[in-house]
Amino acid sequence: MTSGDAGGHGPSPFGLMAEFESGRALVAAARAAREAGYTRLDTYSPYPIEEMHEVLGLPRSKVPLVVLVGGILGGLGGFFLQYWSQVIHYPLNVGGRPFNSWPSFIVITFECTILLAALSGVIGMIVLNRLPQPYHPAFNWDRFQRASRDRYFLAVEADDPRFDRHATERFLRGLGPSEVREVES
Amino acid sequence: MTTYDPSLPRPAKPFEPPVVAPGHDAASITEQVNKVVFGRTPLWWVGALGVSFGIVMMFLVAVIWLFTRGVGIWGLNVPVAWGFAIVNFVWWIGIGHAGTLISAILLLFRQEWRTSINRFAEAMTLFAVACAGMFPVLHLGRPWLFYWLLPYPNVMSLWPQFRSPLIWDVFAVTTYATVSLLFWYVGLIPDLATLRDGARNLWARRLAGVFSLGWRGSAKHWYNYETLYLLLAGLATPLVLSVHTVVSFDFAVSVIPGWHTTVFPPYFVAGAIYSGFAMVLTLVLPLRSLFGLKDMITERHLNAMAKVTLATGLIVAYGYLIELFMAWYSGNEFEIFTAENRLTGPYSFQYGMLWVCNIILPQLLWIKRVRRSPVALWLIAVVINVGMWLERYVIVVLSLHRDYLPSSWDTYSGTIWDWATFIGTIGFFLSLIFLFVRFLPMISGFEMRHLVTFKRDATEEAPR
Repeated sequence: MTSGDAGGHGPSPFGLMAEFESGRALVAAARAAREAGYTRLDTYSPYPIEEMHEVLGLPRSKVPLVVLVGGILGGLGGFFLQYWSQVIHYPLNVGGRPFNSWPSFIVITFECTILLAALSGVIGMIVLNRLPQPYHPAFNWDRFQRASRDRYFLAVEADDPRFDRHATERFLRGLGPSEVREVES
Repeated sequence: MTTYDPSLPRPAKPFEPPVVAPGHDAASITEQVNKVVFGRTPLWWVGALGVSFGIVMMFLVAVIWLFTRGVGIWGLNVPVAWGFAIVNFVWWIGIGHAGTLISAILLLFRQEWRTSINRFAEAMTLFAVACAGMFPVLHLGRPWLFYWLLPYPNVMSLWPQFRSPLIWDVFAVTTYATVSLLFWYVGLIPDLATLRDGARNLWARRLAGVFSLGWRGSAKHWYNYETLYLLLAGLATPLVLSVHTVVSFDFAVSVIPGWHTTVFPPYFVAGAIYSGFAMVLTLVLPLRSLFGLKDMITERHLNAMAKVTLATGLIVAYGYLIELFMAWYSGNEFEIFTAENRLTGPYSFQYGMLWVCNIILPQLLWIKRVRRSPVALWLIAVVINVGMWLERYVIVVLSLHRDYLPSSWDTYSGTIWDWATFIGTIGFFLSLIFLFVRFLPMISGFEMRHLVTFKRDATEEAPR
């Protein structure tokens, strides 16, 4: 997990991270950081905080689009699988029903719509989140293990144009965190 | 999961016990959830898994004998070609409906009590669907050719018969199994990250680390994650309703008296939810005592689940009544005979027990004391499980054994191999349940943290 390197003054740090005791403090801190002009921000919390994407000004999630496209492709694909196999590839007269007996094809079309929508949504979420990601600098701080339990973290990343090792640290300390640390990348 | 506006006062419900016992916060919830996984292996667990695994061995013997000798070892005969295999298939797939109902539909309805039971119910769904899926395949004369059910390019240039409800069922069940697995796994990702961060055992940490994909609770991730979770719930809701509808088409699209009715889809879906809730209750009631989870699975949950069970049970009762009524009202002599045969024929005992187990005894759930008594609730849930199995037995066997041609009438009963296969899948199901509760968080930790934190924030805000 942690590299064991106690330094934190490597050539290019990941950024500064501040630990907070509550979700509400984290929301307030993230809002303050945005207002101070920081743009390369991220927060880490043990459960989803609804308003956080607005506070951080994240672009709209692309997951709904991925699900929509997956669903449409699944529905069309499911229907054309049946149409092509029953009408074009191997037409077979079963009980005098029309080759394109579309009412009988609806169930499978529906199931394929749901299947592809769900599969593409899950894969889309994982890919859009750039997971699986075995290494991330945030884990270099041993306290970060509590981000999945009961602690809340705000990160100002080093590539932020306003990032300054000392000024940013002073700023973060002013937000009432329980701890601030520079994290190596 | 639900958006909760703390500025609005909660409508007061003074008689409702809380969803989480008072005094919990994010840390103590995590502690409780992980305790089961990180704690010592309880002795009862070893015994219970051992017994269920022994039953799996019996299942293995039954299946090997089946593969050696063919389906003739079962009690099947010519009018009753669908015996235990289809009864068990429908029974298991019905049980598999509660998980998605609890996770998806109750999420959309913002029923916050779902949070502490949804993970377990989803796992139960997966395992029940796994058991269900085995039966149609075992029932094939040549089970090793099961892949002929799937559309794949083959040198025979043959396709599945897409106009057949049996093929619809293949698609419905495989889609349901896949989407249930996705829903369950997506829900597990943040909790696996919690396990990874809390584990002291190297292998536990590595395995949880691999399967949590490096989850770190970033706001960007949560945003996509929450969006997806809601969409999956929206997709799973029509799916869960469609699956048992399609299962009912296996019967209703045919022309057998007693099967060919339009009430089947809604009545099957209600029955599925009924049996699924009964199975959740059967399993959760002992587990919450054995693992000390009464703070999170409270009387509120028991009460709510009992009410859903009662409500769906009444829909099932309506289905039974309308079947009898329509037989009479149709004036069709075959339908009337089927109804008479149920009431007075060779299987009238099974039909009577079906009424006792599914309709009469569950009426005790109207009494509040019964809904809040774990022992009474457990007994009723077990009775409902038996009743729902009998329901499928009545549907499958009674309609087939005497249909249009009296010259081909026959009676049916399961052989020892039928029972060994059926009980074997119960052992398989329980083994998976025991492994799951020991090695994975059976309560959704991140949703519980969310719930308690927002509850507490709301109560702190109230006096202002």
